[in-house]
Amino acid sequence: MTMAVYRLHALVCAGAGCVSSNCKAVEAALQDELKKAGIADEVKVVETGCIGTCDLGPLIVVYPEGVFYQRLTPDDAREIVNEHFIKGRIVKRLLYRPSEGAEPVARTSDMDFFRRQYRIALRNTGVINPEVIEEYIARDGYTALGKVLSSMTREEVIDEIKRSGLRGRGGAGFPTGLKWEFAYKAPGDEKYVVCNADEGDPGAFMDRSILEGDPHSVIEAMCIAGYAIGAKQGFVYVRAEYPLAVQRLSKAIHQAREYGLLGKNIFGTDFSFDIEIRVGAGAFVCGEETALLTSIEGKRGEPRPRPPFPAVKGVFGKPTLLNNVETYANICPIILNGADWFAKIGTEKSRGTKVFAVAGDINNTGLVEVPMGTTLREIIFDIGGGIPKGKKFKAAQTGGPSGGCLTEEHLDIPMDYESLTQVGSMMGSGGLIVMDENTCMVDIARFFLEFTRDESCGKCTPCRVGTKRMLEILNRLTEGKGEEGDIEKLEALAKYIKANSLCGLGQSAPNPVLSTLRHFRHEYEAHVREKRCPAGQCPALTNFYIEPELCRGCGLCVKVCPENAISGNRREPHAIDTDRCVKCGACQEKCPFDAIVRR
Amino acid sequence: MGAANKQCCCCQSMRASDERYQKLADIIARYAGQPGALIPVLHQAQEVFGYLPQDVQVLIAEGLDVPLSEVDGVITFYSLFTSQPKGKYTIGVCMGTACYVKGAAAVLEELKQQLGVDVNGTSADGLFTLNVTRCVGACGLAPVMTIGEDVYGRMKPEAVREILDKYIQAEQQAKA
Ligand SMILES: Cc1cc2nc3c(=O)[nH]c(=O)nc-3n(C[C@H](O)[C@H](O)[C@H](O)COP(=O)(O)O)c2cc1C
Ligand code: FES
Repeated sequence: MTMAVYRLHALVCAGAGCVSSNCKAVEAALQDELKKAGIADEVKVVETGCIGTCDLGPLIVVYPEGVFYQRLTPDDAREIVNEHFIKGRIVKRLLYRPSEGAEPVARTSDMDFFRRQYRIALRNTGVINPEVIEEYIARDGYTALGKVLSSMTREEVIDEIKRSGLRGRGGAGFPTGLKWEFAYKAPGDEKYVVCNADEGDPGAFMDRSILEGDPHSVIEAMCIAGYAIGAKQGFVYVRAEYPLAVQRLSKAIHQAREYGLLGKNIFGTDFSFDIEIRVGAGAFVCGEETALLTSIEGKRGEPRPRPPFPAVKGVFGKPTLLNNVETYANICPIILNGADWFAKIGTEKSRGTKVFAVAGDINNTGLVEVPMGTTLREIIFDIGGGIPKGKKFKAAQTGGPSGGCLTEEHLDIPMDYESLTQVGSMMGSGGLIVMDENTCMVDIARFFLEFTRDESCGKCTPCRVGTKRMLEILNRLTEGKGEEGDIEKLEALAKYIKANSLCGLGQSAPNPVLSTLRHFRHEYEAHVREKRCPAGQCPALTNFYIEPELCRGCGLCVKVCPENAISGNRREPHAIDTDRCVKCGACQEKCPFDAIVRR
Repeated sequence: MGAANKQCCCCQSMRASDERYQKLADIIARYAGQPGALIPVLHQAQEVFGYLPQDVQVLIAEGLDVPLSEVDGVITFYSLFTSQPKGKYTIGVCMGTACYVKGAAAVLEELKQQLGVDVNGTSADGLFTLNVTRCVGACGLAPVMTIGEDVYGRMKPEAVREILDKYIQAEQQAKA
């Protein structure tokens, strides 16, 4: 294959975040200006999946140097063409600054956000065009499959995965190789390979980014799994909220078929394997493996008790191997570089890396892949750039609605499966929501309980009714109607639901309450006894006030208040009429002097 | 409902002239006999009709040879399927964790006020249906609101009115 040689490569991120920030317009301007300048054959524009720095989009990274331009408008793109591409002058104005007033950092390799990461699962995401199979192949794509089919027995493949120490990235952390072995050993000549791309944790988006940015890495790994366990058919179960992932994945499947990398007699061997996509329909419980399998069968996605495990009785009653997207994304590098290479990364019991989706009150939101055992402090402060507006870090939620919170005292624990469980949280899928000092932990617990109440499938009573009762109590607390004994009731209910629910959804639903109670019990007590919200968030328990020393009487708040509740003379401190105030917070948002407080 | 949904000769002839029913028949034909076909068929039918009215459910049940009760059971189980018609644009306010932490509740409140509806309600002009959604995977831009295919990141309550007006104006222009 002959390839044109380009002087520069301009990577335009087309991940979900950047698409929302209108990267298409930036790319169009870039292409247009390149044509106008007559250098369209010198600079190759590549549309990539998520580069990782989601709040800095739209962005362009220019290689070979790796110059990182951020928050671009179409006009900025034109300037980059004329200044950087033609005159060789980096456009300083558009570079990233670690903090306000700091010197800009030109290259990705000098940015803490990228420098401290170790990318295995995300090796191609944000680097290649996910819609062009040749780009995947150029980066060792389908080499692992070739190696497996030409030189490894099924047992050798399973052994390699076992020795790598890879554990499931979907939540429970079950050893992947062992799971493959169970599915391999299960009797039956019809077996299935399933990829869990339901990504239910609200606030996690790594699976989405892998599917959108590097779909072939999942397809190739599923083929390898099919060979290892003896399956001919695979399913990817993707949630309906991810249309772009579905689109890129189907395109990739078509391309792989055209190249003979999926379908009959792959690489001319007698191994045949194909993949079908199944789109979810908005039910969190379908991320749970038994529910997911029932949903693939086209039924209500209700979980069932295990055993039998899917490896024995899965889709259509046949032995089924089910792994998470990120788990699959680790397979090919392990096959190519060997189990020993992988096992050296991470900690004793948690090998390799983990992708975290970092969001919430943090400066650099986005995707971060680090060796297991990296501390929370490194992720939040060194890579994530800390908390915005100089506020204090309060807590970080891991494991989503099934997990718990980590606090200041946990900043230095290693992020691995065991350490997180030990402090009452869990790894989960890798969603990491950072919360600053203004977050009310009772309200956060309420938020998660509302989520699990809505998503409980209703099949078992402890989960269906129990989450409802817990939510009622939490609603009461945040509305200032808490009663003595409510906290104890919450604890008793939590224990009961954990012990008696049918599936993981119910068994873990009380975790956010238990974990916030463990670390922030005083906040619960303040809500109950003093009818006070220490974080100043619960609307029923707080009012807005203007600090007279800080107010300059600019009048902006008066204009923005929808209820005309603010009055005052120009250049003199204003005041809020708390009876009229509907607590919308618009004034606080608007005030340039931070003079409006909530207590 | 009841009587209105009974099949009668006039709906039969209306159906014959309505190309959506032809599309539905094609979808069913493509999937009939395949295991696990119900959910994909419902997805595609909803794309054609905008929702899943009773007569469509009956056709799907018959076409795929599954009991109507099962079709209904699946529709009610999954939150993305709806048997109620929707407004022209569906507004989704993301209530995922990242968006919640960044103030999605205030955005939702403002939308409720501006549209005069509750969650799942449709505005009087039939233009907007207000939904809350789970994480749409754009957490870096939290809080996130979607209108149809458009995504609005870093939403603030103050921005709601202007955005709604854009759609209302476009609608009025299209009419004029
Ligand atoms: C309520 C619930 C929701 C879950 N959601 C997901 C999910 O969205 N994605 C996922 O990969 N695993 C999810 N899991 C875990 C799966 O049941 C299963 O353990 C996992 O997909 C196995 O893959 P792994 O071994 O590669 O991690 C969920 C579990 C429970 C109990
Ligand atoms: S939480 Fe709203 S987009 Fe993820």
